[in-house]
Amino acid sequence: MGEDTILETKNVGKYFYDPEKFRVLDDITIKAYKGEFLTLVGKSGCGKSTLLYLLSTMDREYDGEIWIDDNRVTGLNQNALAAIRNEKIGFVFQFHYLLPEFSSLKNVMIPALRLGKFSREEIEHHAYQKLEMLGLKEIALKPASKLSGGQQQRVAIARALINNPKIIMGDEPTGNLDSKNTSIVFDIFKQLTSELGQTIIAVTHDNDFAKASDRTIEMMDGKIVSLNKTWN
Amino acid sequence: MNYKHNISSEISVSYVVTKKKLTLIAALGVTIGIAIFVFMNSMLKGFDRTSTDAIFKTVPHIRLFKDDETSRPLKKSAVGTNETVIVNPKIVPENNVLLNPDELIKLLKNQDNVTVVTPQTNVNVFYNNGRSQISGLSTGIDIGEANRMFNIKSFVVEGNADDLKNIQNGILLGVGIAEKMNVKTGDNISITSSKNVLKIMRVVGLFRTNNSNTDKTRSYINTSLAQQLLQKNTSYITDININVKDFDNAVIYADRFSKLTGYKAEDWKAANETLMAASRMRRIIITVVTFAILLVAGFGIYNILNMTISHKINDIAILKAIGFRGEDVIRIFVQQALIIGVIGMVMGLTLATVLVNILSHVYVGGDIGYFPIRFEPIQYLRGLIFGFLVTFFAGYIPARKAANVDPVSIFRK
Repeated sequence: MGEDTILETKNVGKYFYDPEKFRVLDDITIKAYKGEFLTLVGKSGCGKSTLLYLLSTMDREYDGEIWIDDNRVTGLNQNALAAIRNEKIGFVFQFHYLLPEFSSLKNVMIPALRLGKFSREEIEHHAYQKLEMLGLKEIALKPASKLSGGQQQRVAIARALINNPKIIMGDEPTGNLDSKNTSIVFDIFKQLTSELGQTIIAVTHDNDFAKASDRTIEMMDGKIVSLNKTWN
Repeated sequence: MNYKHNISSEISVSYVVTKKKLTLIAALGVTIGIAIFVFMNSMLKGFDRTSTDAIFKTVPHIRLFKDDETSRPLKKSAVGTNETVIVNPKIVPENNVLLNPDELIKLLKNQDNVTVVTPQTNVNVFYNNGRSQISGLSTGIDIGEANRMFNIKSFVVEGNADDLKNIQNGILLGVGIAEKMNVKTGDNISITSSKNVLKIMRVVGLFRTNNSNTDKTRSYINTSLAQQLLQKNTSYITDININVKDFDNAVIYADRFSKLTGYKAEDWKAANETLMAASRMRRIIITVVTFAILLVAGFGIYNILNMTISHKINDIAILKAIGFRGEDVIRIFVQQALIIGVIGMVMGLTLATVLVNILSHVYVGGDIGYFPIRFEPIQYLRGLIFGFLVTFFAGYIPARKAANVDPVSIFRK
């Protein structure tokens, strides 16, 4: 693993067993570097989301190896993986998955409260910073269920950023956003990678979004087609 | 630096607060379960206490007496011969008298935890009423000690039990006998013993135990008079009654005294086996009923948490995605169950207190008067313990299921 590699897969493969045995991923060997804005593209069903869930450590059933931040995560138990996700990985889904009972601020604070690295006051301060960065300061105390779709998605992004994770993963993070919000999110991602050295790995259907990223990996039928897709 | 932020608790509290109606319904289930549990058990305790009190009006904790002996066939006769002597087993015609009773009483009084020791001599008598006779049992006692043991004065309804001390031929009659013979305090009656001794007795008082059989046959007289009725000397004692501090363990003491004295010592439970069996049955019924109710209450919480969990499955998946461990998820839902449980238990114990209070003001009549129920702290404690156990498992079982949820399976829908 190189010095500036943050995530690496070695010959990763996976089967789906339902409805019948099917090799959904095959021989995936990729690297992601520190401070890189990486996108994964490919047709629906090519396995890019499945791969992202493997990288996120939420899916443990695969062959091959995955290394995150110089640690082999393959074969670790649930609790160890939960700790890694908590500290090192931020995840943004296509759907926001906020806890509707809590305010935006609390939703953003929850992963940091779980991590317990800072006091409550510090965490609250950090959460405000993240919300402000995403232009959400004025709705910080609103219940998550009362926000618009775009606002909810941005709160979810703030939540993914709260622990300053080394890697931020997104499964169509802008899928539910209009073009204005998409460009806001894109700019933030750009800023995080270039200024803070965080790595973004995002699955997307949005070719413009992918084109503007640092590097795009293209997949087809569970295999890597290109490690650095060239756009024409 | 590490902080312990109790975020799991915050989440469980928010679930409880935002779903007020569900919380209340689940808590009401616990309320009813706990209230019935505590109430029924308090009722049982009160009932048991009354019935043992009734027993102890005439029965000591332990009774020491000489058991009838049955003769045994002799196995072998003289040495070297094969002849065997055979005897028909039958009761040995021996006196069932305790030898050297004064020494025995002294010995027993010196034992640990013994409160009262008093001799007693029973005489089968006829109470004579003109030409008709009522058969009954006259008990020769020392009124002072017997009163300490049976609290005789508490059920004397007419006259004065202490007069037995002063009036040598005094007799304390059951109201049933008095009614049949149409006598009252101060009247004279004659009694005849099985040895055909006739005595004129002076009625010093009447008692009512509300056990009809006792009231219709029993009377108390002085020990010396009982001995005269039996034509025996002053050391003739058939029973020694013993009370101990802790009557529930009477059987242990009975065993010890039996070994100590060589006579048969029978505890009150053995002497009242039928009553004890009835009491055990009652206890089993109430236990089964109350546990069934608690179980139903627990099942209610289980159902509601199951509902909450399937409702919150997305939350659980996201919490796991952002780094919550299985234990954290379990803690969230177990805490939710316990909060519901505590709300339910507080209301349940309050309801139980109200019910006990109401029932204790219900008049049932007889010698019992008001319903014999009172606040039993032990039952409240048991209610709390079982309540906690039931709510814990009602929360833990569905929570464990939620903890094993694979977040990917939710996100990939």
